[in-house]
Amino acid sequence: MTEIWHGLIKAVELIISLDPGIMEIAGRSLRISGTSCLLASLISLPLGSLIYFHQFRGKRAVINIIQTLFSVPTVVIGLFVFVLFSRAGPLGETGMLFTPAVMVVGQMILITPILLGLAISALSGVGKEVVDAATSLGASGFQLTLLILREARYAVLAAVIMGFGRAISEVGCAMMIGGNIRGFTRVMTTAIALETSKGELELSMALGIILLFLALIINIALNRLQQR
Amino acid sequence: MSLIEVVGLSHSYGEREVLKSLNLGLSRGEVFALIGPTGAGKTTLLRIIDLLEIPSLGEMYFDGKCIPRSGKQRLEIRRRMAFVHQKPQVFNLSVYDNVAYGLRWRGERKNSIAERVDHILEMVGLEGYENRNARTLSGGEAQRVALARSLVLEPEVLLLDEPTANLDPVSTAKIEQLISYIAGQHKTTMIMATHDMSQGQQLAGRIGVLLDGKLVQTGSANDIFRLPKDEEVANFVGMENIIEGVIIANNEGVVTVNIVGNAIEAVSNYPVGKEVYACIRPEDITLALSRTRSSARNSFHAKVTQVASFGPLSRVEIDCRFRLVALVTKMSAEELNLQEGREVYATFKATGVHIIERKTS
Repeated sequence: MTEIWHGLIKAVELIISLDPGIMEIAGRSLRISGTSCLLASLISLPLGSLIYFHQFRGKRAVINIIQTLFSVPTVVIGLFVFVLFSRAGPLGETGMLFTPAVMVVGQMILITPILLGLAISALSGVGKEVVDAATSLGASGFQLTLLILREARYAVLAAVIMGFGRAISEVGCAMMIGGNIRGFTRVMTTAIALETSKGELELSMALGIILLFLALIINIALNRLQQR
Repeated sequence: MSLIEVVGLSHSYGEREVLKSLNLGLSRGEVFALIGPTGAGKTTLLRIIDLLEIPSLGEMYFDGKCIPRSGKQRLEIRRRMAFVHQKPQVFNLSVYDNVAYGLRWRGERKNSIAERVDHILEMVGLEGYENRNARTLSGGEAQRVALARSLVLEPEVLLLDEPTANLDPVSTAKIEQLISYIAGQHKTTMIMATHDMSQGQQLAGRIGVLLDGKLVQTGSANDIFRLPKDEEVANFVGMENIIEGVIIANNEGVVTVNIVGNAIEAVSNYPVGKEVYACIRPEDITLALSRTRSSARNSFHAKVTQVASFGPLSRVEIDCRFRLVALVTKMSAEELNLQEGREVYATFKATGVHIIERKTS
């Protein structure tokens, strides 16, 4: 018990002293997940609007599939991307396996369904009356889309934050396709897994506290948005 | 030439036919009230005219041009109109942005937008509200934002769907004032759907009665309220006395109608033997304690069966072998000591009786 206590104190010390090793790993996590979240948003928001605003055959099925993909295991995505980028795979020649770039790709695949699904439900929350009011006031299709995105801005932002939360906290995909290479692809979650297995508890705990702290910030932000 | 013309318009939602081969023409600058009970199809008609919906059947002409069922032209025409919906649906933005959006969409310049928005907000009495979020406003204020948002566009046609439903009397009066001001000042063509008949009577030059998807009658307020076309319209416009009878004589346009042994004289052209309804507005019936000599052709001895007062008026039900309802001021009711069992004479003119055909089905 004293050992755990000791580790916790050491962990807090590491954070307060802004230990370069810890900061470097945390910074990389933020960069990779931030990039994947940004790219996924750039794909999901227009695509989500497109799906929401257009009536087509099998729309219900598409939304069902998207929602099913919310809970796809990260290791399955890891496996999929690994096969795709492995030497013998179709994208093997890019040589991207075990690089931060491929981790971004993996996380994008992971969170795009979440962003897409939540964006669609954010837009559905806007209501037919607003659409009618805007159309009556002479909005073109494009102008209407922009207005509705603006109306749904809080819910859309909440979706983006959710996506970021999922990206930064996943470990399976980062481990399998990033390879947990020190100083290159090692992120907070993979570092915790490794250091714990090595018995270096204080480092794991420090990273764990940072992750929890991030989760807390994300939660506060979400709560604030939902109260608007 | 009509600014808006609707020809043979029918519309269905699934199996349910909401509008049934409707024809309507509106000239420029006209204020038209569409009255009818809830569910008659008023909103659907307005939505079709605003090109929010494509009718199942029929054509619509705007300024002489036939409106296509799809394509860019619909947006261009829609931009010449504005629609104030029943539930004031403001955008989750500032009051200023709410009003400015329509102008931005039309590519107006920033300076001119600011000027016009300020002017309109002043007109609807919302100056100083520019930066408030429109969602935090009261119902009456929100409806004024919705009205301002439409008016700022200076539309050729303004469509209003129950603009004062669910509003308190003060807000209602304000909105009504604005509507009549705009009709007077800007000569905007308006179509206003309402179930409030007095509102239609007060604001519109012409009224259309929409019952169960059919435009049953159009005409001046006087036509609709005094000379309803059939029993349905008579019922809807609050004609309280609709009495069954048969025409027994026709003397150069003055008919005698037999109503359970009483002879009522009225002005009509129906031939002898025709089964009809005699419609008499309650306010056209005079009550007196003795038979007075007057030019009125109809006078009956009757017994008061019920007196109820509302506001400054008393509604008196009398029995003169057929049931009649009369409307008198409370003061007269007191002076005549009208109460149950009191014997009175009910008098009304032959021109106060409107005869409509009784359809035997």
